Amino acid sequence: MSKVSDFFAEFVRRNGATISVYLFTAVIFWIAVLIVLPQLYMLDFSFRFNLPPSKIGTEEDVHTLKNYKYLLFGAEGNPNAFNWLHLEVFFRTIWAAVLVTILNLVICYPVAYYMTQVISGGKARIFILCLILPFWINEILRAFAFRILFGLNGPINFALVHLGIVPEPVEFIKADIALYTGLAYAYMLLMIFPLYNAIESLDHNQIDAARDLGSPWWRIHWRVVIPHAKPGIASGCTMVFMLTAGALAAPQILGGPSSLWFTQVIYQWFYTGGNWPQGAAYAFVLLTACIVFVLTMMRIFRVSLGEIAK
Amino acid sequence: MSADVELDHLTIRFGNFVALQDANLRIPAGSFFSFLGPSGCGKTTILRAISGFLDPSEGHVRIGGEDMAGIPPNNRPTALIFQNLALFPLMKVWENIAFGLEVRRVPKAQRRERAQELLELIALPNQGEKLVSELSGGQRQRVAIARALAVEPEVLLLDEPLSALDLKLRQHMRTELRAIQQRVGITFIYITHDQGEALIMSDQIAVMSQGVIQQIGSGPEIYENPKTPFVASFVGENNAFTGRVASADANHAAVETHFGALRGRNSAGLKTGDQAILFVRPEILQLGAGTQGNALKSKVLAKEFEGFASHIHLANSQGERHISFSTSQEEALNISPGEEATVHFSPDRAIALPLGELAHE
Repeated sequence: MSKVSDFFAEFVRRNGATISVYLFTAVIFWIAVLIVLPQLYMLDFSFRFNLPPSKIGTEEDVHTLKNYKYLLFGAEGNPNAFNWLHLEVFFRTIWAAVLVTILNLVICYPVAYYMTQVISGGKARIFILCLILPFWINEILRAFAFRILFGLNGPINFALVHLGIVPEPVEFIKADIALYTGLAYAYMLLMIFPLYNAIESLDHNQIDAARDLGSPWWRIHWRVVIPHAKPGIASGCTMVFMLTAGALAAPQILGGPSSLWFTQVIYQWFYTGGNWPQGAAYAFVLLTACIVFVLTMMRIFRVSLGEIAK
Repeated sequence: MSADVELDHLTIRFGNFVALQDANLRIPAGSFFSFLGPSGCGKTTILRAISGFLDPSEGHVRIGGEDMAGIPPNNRPTALIFQNLALFPLMKVWENIAFGLEVRRVPKAQRRERAQELLELIALPNQGEKLVSELSGGQRQRVAIARALAVEPEVLLLDEPLSALDLKLRQHMRTELRAIQQRVGITFIYITHDQGEALIMSDQIAVMSQGVIQQIGSGPEIYENPKTPFVASFVGENNAFTGRVASADANHAAVETHFGALRGRNSAGLKTGDQAILFVRPEILQLGAGTQGNALKSKVLAKEFEGFASHIHLANSQGERHISFSTSQEEALNISPGEEATVHFSPDRAIALPLGELAHE
């Protein structure tokens, strides 16, 4: 306990009373009022019946597991053992988010390596600028741009057909290729920057030393660069995975007619279905699943939370 | 196995800047060879060209008679020890040492065994399981040597590896490096700006300045018979007296200095009337007028006490402290700043060279 009070005393001594009070109030307000309280409210919501406003607060307004049961088993009288319709969307969303994350890592790692260890200074800054500029355009517009690019009559199909690579236009949107590409692009910077920071801190002499000892390029990456960049990789993957699994705009715009994203199901419960408790339960299942998944991956790859925060 | 290294008209340019100009030399197999020079003289450039990280602009690098053009660093029979060592911090000590073997797909059990042998060679037999960060500076130094030796290079290249160590450790590592070189018997090429290191360890030294090799020779040769004013002033302490040659024969030249005509050896073939510099090392200056002439008288500016000796500084032609010499404590008692002192030296131990660039330190 004394350690905590020491910390506060030191903090106040260093920053002065006014700034300290402001910082603590702001942080506590942000965490408690803007994050924790609404989430707790939603959590409570997810355990309740969907009642009309007049019945809220009456003795009918009690806690229930019904909303969670629905995701697993469906409505009463469902002929199947499980609610496959929603469970499938759920697992496919997680799986697709994993794929998008891996795709992003595969694209961004060489770029980050190039920007930090191959070129330097001014050139690297121009490179970063080129990466950032497209993100001034808002997410929805970027998603529509991808829809145009990947459309049946879009430029990509036009080029493929005219170059004779495919006999007729490919249905990129139906095959979800547009969706995965769009999602990978949407969160690319969140992968690039942690990787950039991690690889930049690697002493170039280590790469030269490995090379001098006879190492081929892939082993240099495997034994020297990737272990060094691991916290950055973990941090980038976590952010991209979480945001991809929770994305709404890109799946709405780029998703094929037959493929739903789990967030779209949640959205439907809230808005089309008007069933907030049901939507809240679905949202919590997604959140918990993502956290569990990320923590498991961190355990497997032996990364600690502290390293990620570096 | 050990190989000789040959630089054949090697020139390296970065844009318009000539980092290394027409280097020609042969480093015999199994010898300890040093490149000595101030920072920016091109010595690291030579090392990077030998290891393959830099391509020659002109000329060739040959190792064991084979031209290295187009052969990347990982395929050369050399191993480089970096100035900052560049050990892998996320690997254990033994994994660092065995990395080169891992690359060569040596089975793990054999790798461990070889690492253990090398750990014993560098006198760290029980440190294999530690991380590099748990070792001291001197220990890391030795691990870097072991890591390079593990791949059994024919030539070991060392880029100022001792510069980060403190004085005592540096002195100790000099002896140790030399001992390791003699035990493994391969060619060591050593880069340094520290003449003490070069003189103590090397069989041969190349002194460099501004991309040009000034002189190649053994330590005593370079110290006793410098070929250029740069070498004379860079290696060891030296007092320089500038003037015109008053008279010269095959053996000696007399240089007309501010203090009168002073004589030194004439190995450069100076003729009467040439502009010259006479170099007189502090240790050959002795108090008193002597019997052969060759004496000078000047004002004592300072006296410094350093244990085994005292250093005396006399005023040079501009009245600044420049001429220095050392003397025993007993003799130093007779000298005090402000007075005049007379010193003399043997003409056979001083050397007269044509006027040229001096080393600035």
